[in-house]
Amino acid sequence: MYLIWIFVLLPLLGALVAWLIPDNRRRALVLPVVAALHLALTVTLLVQTPPPSPDRWIFLDPLGKLSLLCNSILFFVCANYAVGYLKLRRKRPNRVLCISLLVCLSAMTLVAIAQHLGLLWIALEMTTITMAPLIYFNRNARSIEATWKYLLICSVGIAIALLGLFFLAYSTIVAKQEVTLLLGTLIDTAADLHAGWRHAAFIFLLVGFGSKMGLAPLHTWKPDAYGEAPGLVGALLAGGLVNCALLALLRVYQIAVASTEAELFQEVLLGMGLLSMAFAAVFMARQSDFKRMLAYSSVEHVGIIAVALGLGKGALFGALLHMVNNALTKGVLFLSCGNIHRAYNSKSTQFVRGALRRTPWSGALFLAAFLAITGSPPFGPFVSEFTIVSSAFVQQNYWTAALFLLFLAMIFMGMASTVIPVVLGKVPDDLERTPYRDTAPTVWPPLVLMALVLMLGLWLPESLQELLHQAAGLLEGGR
Amino acid sequence: MTALADQLLVLCLLLNFAVLGTSRLAFSVRAVALQGVVLGVLPALVHPFSWHLVAIVAGIILVKGAAIPILIVRAILKADIQREFEPFIGYIPSLVLGAIFTALAFIFASRLPLAPEHEGLLFVPASLATLMCGFLVLMGRRKAISQVIGYLLMENGIFIFGLLLAEAMPVMVEAGALLDLLVGVFVMGIVINHISREFSSLDTSRLSTLREE
Repeated sequence: MYLIWIFVLLPLLGALVAWLIPDNRRRALVLPVVAALHLALTVTLLVQTPPPSPDRWIFLDPLGKLSLLCNSILFFVCANYAVGYLKLRRKRPNRVLCISLLVCLSAMTLVAIAQHLGLLWIALEMTTITMAPLIYFNRNARSIEATWKYLLICSVGIAIALLGLFFLAYSTIVAKQEVTLLLGTLIDTAADLHAGWRHAAFIFLLVGFGSKMGLAPLHTWKPDAYGEAPGLVGALLAGGLVNCALLALLRVYQIAVASTEAELFQEVLLGMGLLSMAFAAVFMARQSDFKRMLAYSSVEHVGIIAVALGLGKGALFGALLHMVNNALTKGVLFLSCGNIHRAYNSKSTQFVRGALRRTPWSGALFLAAFLAITGSPPFGPFVSEFTIVSSAFVQQNYWTAALFLLFLAMIFMGMASTVIPVVLGKVPDDLERTPYRDTAPTVWPPLVLMALVLMLGLWLPESLQELLHQAAGLLEGGR
Repeated sequence: MTALADQLLVLCLLLNFAVLGTSRLAFSVRAVALQGVVLGVLPALVHPFSWHLVAIVAGIILVKGAAIPILIVRAILKADIQREFEPFIGYIPSLVLGAIFTALAFIFASRLPLAPEHEGLLFVPASLATLMCGFLVLMGRRKAISQVIGYLLMENGIFIFGLLLAEAMPVMVEAGALLDLLVGVFVMGIVINHISREFSSLDTSRLSTLREE
């Protein structure tokens, strides 16, 4: 049991150490050390899951395990990348960056292991706040605009989710039961809760967590924040934070499935998911800023997950697999595109062309990750998207399947029209000189992730498959 | 005691209108702070005495009535601005919309049944009306500080509802929520400071370079 507490405290301890180290270069080394320990602990806890804490507040269930595994791997990769990245930006103080990253890791861990919705909310809010200084790392007018928008919209969203939680708790009072926000108890009694309050609670929670996830139409902060944040922060936002918010939504989903309102909840999710994909398809076309393009890709993929959750049944396995695939692939995309950004000192497609020549590794990784994220075989996302579409056909939900495929095709074309020139075009002659060249410290982390994405497309390890089935079982109303 | 609680909730509603109708930032901050103190007193009136309750009362008054207002007043002094200027939604329209939202909140609340022990109390309409008024301030004003005030008003609205659960919620959750709020406002204060340095104004409508064409 105490192992789980070490788990949350370890990154905080790392943050303290980072705060105490005066030297910029040495401070950055704290990140990979903590990340490696965290990953090791994650694997240990996955193999030997401790029993729930006596008050049942803390327990690592299969859903939490999945989210934790993704976040821990992603953070490990980003932390190693950060060492190389911060070396390039030696002049900029990185104390706030290191501390925020580590506190955020602690909060992300807490999100995964919390079984009490109040605790989950606190941790989720903490991740929101700690990301704000990270988005502002570049300290210019554009990044402060992005930070302000992000901070305001996400704070309001998460506040609305809190009201939703209060409604849920109040519905237990009105139903004359003991007041609680413990997940297990709520699932057991979901059907007996007062319908009016429960209904209001679901809507508020969906809006709140949805805005944090970036589901359309609550996604407006995403392009700005993703576009202005450094690549490694973008990777953590699109992989880590999205997963945390998704996990919170999955907890609500568990309660909704156990109640009598499952269908309504699923229909709303389906609608929001398709709307997100439509938004992404429209805004992705002719996007001249390739980091903003990635933000719309993130909107698309939370949309895909929401569609899968809306479909339910067989698609749930696809939804969870896609959560893993999306997190890892987004990591590759953001890190490699961060490298390209550094090499050209611009993120506009007007100037950035022929990245394959200038930064061969990053260019190739960016291209491969683009193919992966748009669902081309043999990469991981292909498998999960295929599972989702085939489930839609099995359920004879032809409209959803058709729209889903249509949006995917539109997005593929829109994204290709930006990515292909960036990677394969002719290098402009009057190019600004920059010191950045692809070197091992900034290339191997995304390369490792890319290998994982490829592996997930070719071979799904049995233990992971089992974990995914267990987690999907929880979403189908199992205990 | 419940009569007094209802009167305090009416005071909360009136403070919403005070914020909606003024351009002076210092006054708005004071109104929100006063609302925070009222919020802190309320649970003592509706729930029987317990140490848990004392902790909540003290926590809310300290954070909402003192710490957060101090943070914002410091931001105002540093940025050296006193007034909201040319809001997107004028003061009179804001007041009218606020009144409409308050009426809607009462209608909405009448549809949802309360637990017998809370029958006849104004908690739900006061909470929703405050939430909506906060949203109105957030959407309708230009200055970053006004937007933070709107956010705080929203948070107050949510806390009003939370007071119904004051007894039942574990103290850790309350404390955590308050702490998150405090840190959030602290970070917002820093960002505000940087906005005023970067743009030499706190006009968020200047934050528009990132718009999609």
